[in-house]
Amino acid sequence: MASLEQQRGPRIEVTDGALLPTRGDGYIIDSWRLTIAFAILALITLIFIAKDPYDQIFRVVIKGAPLTFGVTAGAILGSIVLGLFTGLGQIARGRALNLVAGVYVELIRGIPLLVQLIFIYFALGKFFRLDGFPAAVIALSICYGAYMGEIFRAGIQAIPRGQMEAALALGMTRRQAMRLIILPQTMKIILPAIGNEFIAMLKDSSLVSVIALRDILRRGREHVSRTFLSLETYAVVALVYLVFTLVLSKLVAMMEDRMNKNER
Amino acid sequence: MSDNRIMVDIRGAEKDFGIVMALKGVDLTVNEGEVVLIIGPSGSGKSTLLRSINRLEALTGGQIFVDGDPLVGPDADIRKIREETGMVFQDFNLFPHKTALENISLAPMKVKKISIEESEARARKLLERVGLGDRGDSYPGQLSGGQKQRVAIARALAMEPKVMLFDEPTSALDPEMVKEVLDVMLDLVKEGMTMMVVSHEMGFARAAADRVVFMDEGEIVEIGPPEEIFENAREERTRKFLKHIL
Ligand SMILES: Nc1ncnc2c1ncn2[C@@H]1O[C@H](COP(=O)(O)OP(=O)(O)OP(=O)(O)O)[C@@H](O)[C@H]1O
Ligand SMILES: [Mg+2]
Repeated sequence: MASLEQQRGPRIEVTDGALLPTRGDGYIIDSWRLTIAFAILALITLIFIAKDPYDQIFRVVIKGAPLTFGVTAGAILGSIVLGLFTGLGQIARGRALNLVAGVYVELIRGIPLLVQLIFIYFALGKFFRLDGFPAAVIALSICYGAYMGEIFRAGIQAIPRGQMEAALALGMTRRQAMRLIILPQTMKIILPAIGNEFIAMLKDSSLVSVIALRDILRRGREHVSRTFLSLETYAVVALVYLVFTLVLSKLVAMMEDRMNKNER
Repeated sequence: MSDNRIMVDIRGAEKDFGIVMALKGVDLTVNEGEVVLIIGPSGSGKSTLLRSINRLEALTGGQIFVDGDPLVGPDADIRKIREETGMVFQDFNLFPHKTALENISLAPMKVKKISIEESEARARKLLERVGLGDRGDSYPGQLSGGQKQRVAIARALAMEPKVMLFDEPTSALDPEMVKEVLDVMLDLVKEGMTMMVVSHEMGFARAAADRVVFMDEGEIVEIGPPEEIFENAREERTRKFLKHIL
């Protein structure tokens, strides 16, 4: 499916009932390449050419990367599981399940992530000692699970009714039909939307610095309080996040392409 | 036809959608090996009747027996009935993320728990039978409408059903593809399959139907052999409708 014009983000094309995200490609210079080239060049220039104080800053800040990745990866897994069950709960045929899932979504979407994070960390901390890391993963998962739930619900509902009917008519159980027929098609159409959430999670993982987790941002802030080099430090922090985010968005795009290649 | 074993026994079937009564007490029996064609104006309840038989629509009154098994009530085993009834839809409803072969082999594997090798071997045979032996690896998106519908028929046949239900199987097809699908259906008729077909293909009706059922406003108005219904229907409503479509 060749595209005529360059476009940001995934495009949706309709081919007999199936939604295929396609990506404008085929140019040597695209916005992604331009941005990552800028980010990497800027980092290299600062660290290896300007050197002092940037090489020192980079070494300090990058130590926070494993924690940033860990929190993000944990939250991605957690929110996918929560989102899947929330989406299924919203369309389930039990009224109680609909309500539980619906209230969860409304509740979470109405409270800022930063407030949730602080609340969960300190509220849970009142009852049992929770380390910063699991608290952060749980809080991010709960928050993003609600958004993912909406994405799953919309994705499942976008699959034509006839798919479920055909599966049931063949003797499959509802559960089999969901797992074998509906969800695989859902995953494909929601991948771009979920991918955006992954990227948002990577960025929002920086909020965990408020609960004393030493991620990239926290290391930067500590460095600033020691050296007062705020502009230099936060420039490096921003560039490091930018590179990671761009790489993740490329990974998501590659996953989409692979999924599309598996078909047609 | 053969020994008068009743495959589908519809007794006083009612379906109330709230705003409309789609079925107002329908009685119909279909014998083993019989081919019954259902015609009628849009909204007369043809699809609802067919979809009630495998409970894609739940009846609000009456009872249906499929080869003796009840559809409604505490003894109803809906999955058994669905295994025994194959359904072919107007818009195919093939699974777009599966190849033609997988579309056919999936349900035998997952529902009947037949091994992959066995169900794929059977799927290949069915593809041959519908004239698509070389398209097993194609995805539905790569097939024409007529080819899709033939895969859909093969998919239903893979469960070795006792009855096949067709809901306007050729209505979504370009005219040049109608014949290839009807030919597959005619082969099935020859093999003695019990079939209920909602269709306005008069050629098929004359060639294959044992009886034609005319429905209007949720009721069966008239039943009879094709010649009788088409040439001298008893009911005024039937004649009026036929004048429209012939
Ligand atoms: N899910 C539904 N909810 C409410 N009303 C419905 C539903 N499905 C069908 N109906 C109504 O029931 C009646 C019978 O519909 P049905 O689809 O069985 O007719 P049909 O004979 O198959 O028509 P067509 O030739 O257009 O396919 C119609 O009035 C229709 O509007
Ligand atoms: Mg219909």
